[in-house]
Amino acid sequence: MKLITMINLMLEGMGGTCAIFFLTLLFSLPLGMVVALLRMSKNKVVSNVTRAIISVLRGTPLMLQLIAVTYGPYYLFEFSVSKNKLIPVVIAFAINYAAYFAEIYRSGIESIPVGQYEASEILGYSKAQTFFRIILPQVIKRIMPSMTNEVVTLVKDTSLAFTVSYVEMFTIGKNLANSQTSFVPFIVAGVFYFVFNAIVDFVMGRAEKSMNYYQ
Amino acid sequence: MKILELNHVQKSFNNETLHVLKDISLSVSEGEVVSVIGPSGSGKSTLLRCATLLTEMDSGELIYSGEYAAKIGANGKSVYSDKAELKKIRSIFGLVFQSFNLFPHYSVLKNLTDPQISVLGRDKEQAREKAMELLRKMNLEEKADAYPCQLSGGQQQRVAIARALAMDPQILFFDEPTSALDPELTGEVLKVIKKLAEEHMTMVIVTHEMAFARAVSDRVIFMDGGVIVEQGDPEEVFGAPKTERTKQFLKNYGQS
Repeated sequence: MKLITMINLMLEGMGGTCAIFFLTLLFSLPLGMVVALLRMSKNKVVSNVTRAIISVLRGTPLMLQLIAVTYGPYYLFEFSVSKNKLIPVVIAFAINYAAYFAEIYRSGIESIPVGQYEASEILGYSKAQTFFRIILPQVIKRIMPSMTNEVVTLVKDTSLAFTVSYVEMFTIGKNLANSQTSFVPFIVAGVFYFVFNAIVDFVMGRAEKSMNYYQ
Repeated sequence: MKILELNHVQKSFNNETLHVLKDISLSVSEGEVVSVIGPSGSGKSTLLRCATLLTEMDSGELIYSGEYAAKIGANGKSVYSDKAELKKIRSIFGLVFQSFNLFPHYSVLKNLTDPQISVLGRDKEQAREKAMELLRKMNLEEKADAYPCQLSGGQQQRVAIARALAMDPQILFFDEPTSALDPELTGEVLKVIKKLAEEHMTMVIVTHEMAFARAVSDRVIFMDGGVIVEQGDPEEVFGAPKTERTKQFLKNYGQS
């Protein structure tokens, strides 16, 4: 098989890779904020339960969680989430990444000086206004470097979807490597991920820079 | 007319082991400038925090322009008014912090306009006009588009004063407004506060600047150990202190 044919086949898989990537971000970014707020809840039960869930999600392999969400329902209740593997894959990814994002958000929120809250309170801002107008914009700036790290990891983690035979770029590459007894598809996959992450780095770098107008 | 009344305020920390305010009563009339002096740990900052609703009193009354922020309940503890009432009362006073607490992600101008728009519901143009007028007064007109991090401490504190004034408070509190500043920058901030005093802005100033307190105040309060030890006309308190404790304190500050 020619190299160009391999690349074309694998490029077709990029759709699946991108679907995992963007859908995971779409759901996990807001979900992470909800989890972070629950984790910081004054209610001890809520915050402890949330902490325990975060710790399980961070303490077990994403690959295992993927398998659990995709096949678990079938083994337990003899019903499968969906014929479309994208749904369980995105659920597993979104929940896992929400746990990581929640901890990043929390560290960011807790790093904002208490004086910012007090000044807002004295000026008469409501709780919601304080959070969205004063605190959150400063949090976003502070957590950008950690978020970039996490997003770069997500790009590479999409390859884990091959464990549940979801068709994305790496799944195709691995199949090609087997059928053609060739190492070339792995090199192509490596290049793809590298280029993908170069784009991510560029975009996140621009976003970070756009917030550099203040210290 | 009394703008602020604090009656029999008690406050303890650490499960009542640290008694910071011991039955403090204080009232401030319209147009009056009151300075609060005293050693560190005397309770003056806690008093200010109680007056501005940042810290809850254990017991005591807090009244602004006749409206109760907190009453004494049946068990002798303070009972605070409901959220809506407190929101209304918060609009009566302003506070200038020791550490400025400007919003770093907003320009100087937006630091002044955003609270007016978001809290008071003023329109953009109105808020901008008010902000520019105050920046002119603070001699910071050309810094309108700068960000707080680009300003010196003295400039930041003047912006903070302008931000507080933009909300049209009836009374303005200062919590050691020059303590975080280099000595050569305190002058510009004190000058601004002095100007406000001359305009008869009602103010309560917690400060370690004795000469300044003596010059601008209508009344000086000396606090120590959670009580008001002495208060009165600045010339009396500084010139002829009645208590030994006041004399000792002023001596340490080289004021008598």
